[in-house]
Amino acid sequence: MKMDSESTNQHHEAVCPGKKEKLVQLQTERPALDLDTVRARVAETKGPEFWRSLEELAGSAEFQEMMHREFPKGASEWLDGVSRRGFLKLMSASLALAGMTACTKQPLEPIVPYVRQPEDVVPGRPMFYATAFELSGYATPILVESHLFRPTKIEGNPQHPVSQGGTDVFAQASILGMYDPDRSQTITYLGETRTWGAFLEAFRAPLSIQKGLGGAGIRILTQTISSPTLADQMRSFLKAFPQAKWHVYDPGGRDNALAGAQMAFGQAVETQYKLDAADVIVSLDADFLASGFPGMTRYARDFASRRNPDAGAMNRLYVVESTPSPAGAKADHHLPMRAADIEGFARALASALGVHAGSGAQQGEAQRFLEAIAKELQAHRGSSVVIPGEHQPPAVHALAHAINQILGNVGKTVVFTDPVDANPVNQTDSLRDLVADMRGGKVDILIILGGNPAYESPADLGFADALKSTNIPMRVHLGLYHDETAELCQWHINETHYLEQWGDTRAYEGTVSIVQPLIAPLYSGRSKHEFVAYLSGLSEASGHDLVRSYWQKQHAGQDFELFWKRALNDGWIQGTAFEPKQVALKSEFGSPATVDANALEINYRRDPSVFDGRFANNGWLQELPKPMTKLTWDNPVMMAPVMADRLGLKSEDVIKISLNGKSIAAPLWLQAGHPDKSITVFLGYGRTRAGRVGTGAGYNAYEIRYSAMPWLATGVSIEKTGTTYKLASTQGYQTMETPVGERPLVRTTSLEDYKKDPEFAREEEPDADETLYPHGNGHIQPEGWDYTKEPYAWGMAIDLNKCVGCNNCIVACQSENNIPIVGKEQVNKGRHMHWLRVDAYYQGDRNNPRAHFQPVPCMQCEAAPCELVCPVGATVHSTEGLNDMVYNRCVGTRYCSNNCPYKVRRFNFLLFQDWETPQLKMMRNPDVTVRSRGVMEKCTYCVQRINQHRIDSEREDRKIADGELQTACQQSCPANAIVFGNINDPNSQVSKLKAQSRNYSLLADLNTRPRTTYLAEIKNPNPELQA
Amino acid sequence: MDDSKQIVVTATNRQAPVIEPGHSFASVTDKISAIVLTRPTSNGWFVGFGVSFLLLMGMLYAVGYLFLKGVGIWGVNIPVGWGFAIVNFVWWIGIGHAGTLISAILLLLRQSWRNSINRFAEAMTLFAVAAAGMFPLLHLGRPWLFFWLFPYPNTMNYWPQFRSPLVWDVFAVSTYFTISLLFWFIGLIPDLATLRDRSENRWARMIYGMLAMGWRGSARHWARYETSYLLLAGLATPLVLSVHTVVSFDFAIGIVPGWHTTIFPPYFVAGAIYSGFAMVLMLAIPIRKFYGLEDFITERHLQNSAKVMLATGLIVAYGYAIEAFMGWYSGNRYDAYTLWNRLHGPYAFFYYMLLACNIFVPQVLWIRKLRKSPPALFLISGVILVGMWLERFIIVVVSLQRDFLNSSWGMYYPTRWDWMTYIGTIGMFLCAMFLFVRILPMISIFEMRTLLPQAEVKE
Repeated sequence: MKMDSESTNQHHEAVCPGKKEKLVQLQTERPALDLDTVRARVAETKGPEFWRSLEELAGSAEFQEMMHREFPKGASEWLDGVSRRGFLKLMSASLALAGMTACTKQPLEPIVPYVRQPEDVVPGRPMFYATAFELSGYATPILVESHLFRPTKIEGNPQHPVSQGGTDVFAQASILGMYDPDRSQTITYLGETRTWGAFLEAFRAPLSIQKGLGGAGIRILTQTISSPTLADQMRSFLKAFPQAKWHVYDPGGRDNALAGAQMAFGQAVETQYKLDAADVIVSLDADFLASGFPGMTRYARDFASRRNPDAGAMNRLYVVESTPSPAGAKADHHLPMRAADIEGFARALASALGVHAGSGAQQGEAQRFLEAIAKELQAHRGSSVVIPGEHQPPAVHALAHAINQILGNVGKTVVFTDPVDANPVNQTDSLRDLVADMRGGKVDILIILGGNPAYESPADLGFADALKSTNIPMRVHLGLYHDETAELCQWHINETHYLEQWGDTRAYEGTVSIVQPLIAPLYSGRSKHEFVAYLSGLSEASGHDLVRSYWQKQHAGQDFELFWKRALNDGWIQGTAFEPKQVALKSEFGSPATVDANALEINYRRDPSVFDGRFANNGWLQELPKPMTKLTWDNPVMMAPVMADRLGLKSEDVIKISLNGKSIAAPLWLQAGHPDKSITVFLGYGRTRAGRVGTGAGYNAYEIRYSAMPWLATGVSIEKTGTTYKLASTQGYQTMETPVGERPLVRTTSLEDYKKDPEFAREEEPDADETLYPHGNGHIQPEGWDYTKEPYAWGMAIDLNKCVGCNNCIVACQSENNIPIVGKEQVNKGRHMHWLRVDAYYQGDRNNPRAHFQPVPCMQCEAAPCELVCPVGATVHSTEGLNDMVYNRCVGTRYCSNNCPYKVRRFNFLLFQDWETPQLKMMRNPDVTVRSRGVMEKCTYCVQRINQHRIDSEREDRKIADGELQTACQQSCPANAIVFGNINDPNSQVSKLKAQSRNYSLLADLNTRPRTTYLAEIKNPNPELQA
Repeated sequence: MDDSKQIVVTATNRQAPVIEPGHSFASVTDKISAIVLTRPTSNGWFVGFGVSFLLLMGMLYAVGYLFLKGVGIWGVNIPVGWGFAIVNFVWWIGIGHAGTLISAILLLLRQSWRNSINRFAEAMTLFAVAAAGMFPLLHLGRPWLFFWLFPYPNTMNYWPQFRSPLVWDVFAVSTYFTISLLFWFIGLIPDLATLRDRSENRWARMIYGMLAMGWRGSARHWARYETSYLLLAGLATPLVLSVHTVVSFDFAIGIVPGWHTTIFPPYFVAGAIYSGFAMVLMLAIPIRKFYGLEDFITERHLQNSAKVMLATGLIVAYGYAIEAFMGWYSGNRYDAYTLWNRLHGPYAFFYYMLLACNIFVPQVLWIRKLRKSPPALFLISGVILVGMWLERFIIVVVSLQRDFLNSSWGMYYPTRWDWMTYIGTIGMFLCAMFLFVRILPMISIFEMRTLLPQAEVKE
């Protein structure tokens, strides 16, 4: 419906919505403009050129005349004496208008707001725009909250089938990436600032020489590209320069998956899983519930939807894994196994199911596990799925495909499609070829479009060295940061962030999302689209035109305008999801690799927080506790406790890891559930030119990562260095066990026992009146306040069965509530500021423990211990049951935090908030106070959102509807584990959850009567394996 | 000389006198006022004062930096929101208990031996409470807003939150300080008049004269003095018990395991008196030595103080025993763990140190010989002061360090700023004490004179 106003007011098209009103005024006061001229001029201009009025833009005579007058018309009439009063009036109006013009930069092209668009821009009310975040080629569809053209918060796109409202941590934190003050802000040549014109000048001659050679000396290195427009641009570039070569390298490339598909089907296919249809899920080292796994948002939701013990059949998850991960934590049965042994396991499993995979039995526990899985899979033909891990060799992928095929899962729980990657080549080979060409002197122009290969390429290829030593005459790097690679290129072009540019991208199932800019580029900059367009000779094509014209070509119908606006409005293009592909299975799975059972192996993983290193300068992610270890700011080496005992090592010991003649020193972390004779290192740290946040954190595992074995290597040796290194963990203890008994913090049981005793989680709660102070106390309320008489009583239920520990809620909360980061030193002192944390507890055998996640926001206790000890009444209870924090009144005694049994209060021990950096000021949520030093802060159930909805609903004379109001953590939870609402409404979702027998209060015996409650975790173990 | 020594020996065999024989009214006045008026200031005084003053300056530096940066320069964190500041606060307040106890309660109980030590014990109280009073203010996140804890009239009609023990603290401590100050000052008036009359320096005469408030020593003055002094003693007596009771509420009202216990009020009061007497001894022993006041502060005083320490120490020991017993007997998993954590946790060493300092070492005071030995008493008092500081550390830090949720357990490490502030307050306290002994009569002249046999009025 919003499109209507756009299309009827044709002449507004050339400007953004915020300018409309001013335009109308201009129209009434001045002679009519030739809007076509204006439009033509606008089309010619690029980037933020500033014009005072449309007249100037159109170059009209009136404007020229005005420029030559000393005073504008109105002012000259006052020549015969202005009254003092009149003068003041004029001046104040001028000042006010001057303030208005200083607001913000606005994108030039129309972007279409999402559903909640007000009449026009209402200051103080955010607008939401659909766009998409891309990571290694896979899109996470999002909505971006924009306050007066400043994007402030990322939310999942609730209507997109892939997101359904959920996001991952990287998408959530990307908003900080856009405002990062360390992003490169100018074009540089050998480190010195240059203009775009200077670059064009310098590039023209080499390019025209190449034109004659068919581009034989041109090499373009990109990361994985799924953007249809960009892929099309690249292809047309290659058509124009047929001898040029396009190389692709992504340190997290899916070479193994691709090779596995080649092995199984003889062609590159993408594998999708339908986990909502799967009763039995077997993961062969696949961490499908962690941020960064393609389709994680959808998988988490589908997986969680089958974890309700009270409705429908629960699924059963078996995980065989080499590095503890959230998927392993959620598993009903978990088997730690060295990565190298998993191929053997997969072969044995495949053989047991009738695939000719050429391997025999497993040993001991693994065999028992295997038999149980095989039996289960047989029993669930068509409703089971085997997921291979991206890090596993091609054979495991091929075997998983074969197993899924033989079980009849294909088409039901497994779907094969065309690859999302527009150029599905073996990326390691691609990079190897490039380096060979560089060393062979075949490269005259090297263009690196994004990525940081000097840092993240395999050590043996020596890309950085080649870049340094081969004297390629023209090395151009387009990137967000002046990073390690930019340092080695003569030219660095600052790239636009995805929130500043036009583009398109694909989700894991193929659906295309148009990437809309939310703000004009902060530091001008160029997008990849624009840069490639320039290479192809379209020197000044705007990203908008490129993307739009590409889709205009793709769209067959007449109604392109509608199609386009619909795509922008919804956040995706209808009907672009890939069709399932029929593939024929081959029967050759290679020969079993020989595995030395005693050799030490090393696993490489992208870091759960900073990924492959590209988010190293993102403070939110650096300080985000990793799901399993709860460490921040570092990448430890994971090792099994038994192995460490054998070697006499302990956590925080620095060990030297040597492989193929190179070695790194890294701190150790003993991880329960890690397989023996194996270590895991994490990529993405040890950056030397990341920025003020990321530079110098951790060690660089790329230094010992080799192209032949990017995820798993043997032949590694470790030795103790004798030094230690302090790691910063946000969690004190990861066990509920104490010497005087276990504390029932996470309550858990098996499905079978739950059926027998559904009330197991409810302990005897004390009577509500067993307190010195009646409920809802506080001096603003009479004694014994009755919450049930209020229109709303806010409450939250967190389903521990659904929570996959992905940490997304933490970042969402941080972004929504302007929560500062504090740095490693302060984290070590116990001063991290997260209002919401996810506790990870381990139970049982340390070699194969059960792991549990427990998100802990403020419990909003009805009888809150914090409130009665505050000497100044800075924390008080609202009539709706919120435990409110009055920052202005807080003097900082910290007594409330001492008395909070849940320790969810956070204190500004120092000035943690950045009050200086201008970019970060723009990022903050204007609805939430920015706290200063010396005050306590805490989760408020996103009270700013409650109040916004209260205002809206009261204006419409209705109550806030259930589900209309979502807290930030709830909104973006991919697993739907957090439900918030009105507990006075018995039909609200949260009331229904709280009525379930699984519902329990944390530390209920303290009689704090928390409003946040938990639904106990129910595992669904296989009775055969349990025995 | 020989004779008098003979008498001393025989006297101590029964009970040491409160004042050594051989003194007259004049000699008492001469001896005490001379310290202030005529005796040259010794080099020792300058050295002692100088060192204390340096420590005080260190504290001011630390406090300046604190105001500049925030409480984050200390070791406090989440979960240990209170650290050295609160430990020191409770410790100093405890020390500040002895003065009023000696002055008021012993006055009411007609323990005339107190006359020798009450003046400087009261001064010590004042300085200790002043040192204590700084900490709650310094430990605020926004110390410039400390006055929000007072119920002052304001346009927003906003009051403190009276259910919070911190507000009770404000009242308890400020009342205590006020009463102590008044009590001390009123007790000083007759002596200030003496100094006024005796001093030769014009400025000193004027200042002492003003402070003496026109005291002429008439019978009417004495009658009013006696009445007001007795009334103030009556007022101060309940405060001795209430202040530390209220301070203990800071903890007992909280739900933290290790805090939430009903034994805290009596156990805190006993502990306060325990540490207060230890501090009195630590001050009295060097003072009597350096200023040659063995005649006035005799073995009797040392013995009596030691006995008080022994008694209160046993009450404190009982408190520890009950805490430990309840940790087991309550069957509460959190209390039980707190006990375990004290015994085996990361701070277990300090708990054992505490038991040694507060319970085991002071048991040697059962030995009469040690009760009479100034060096031994000085040493034991020092041990007790350390022990009482450790007790507060265990209560504040070790309870908070590991409470309900294992995920939120943490550690507390004091920073150099914590230490500078703590040691700095000792410097401040000593500075004030040095000034006090230099410019005011540290022993009550007129009350000492009532102890002389000549003062006995035969009816």
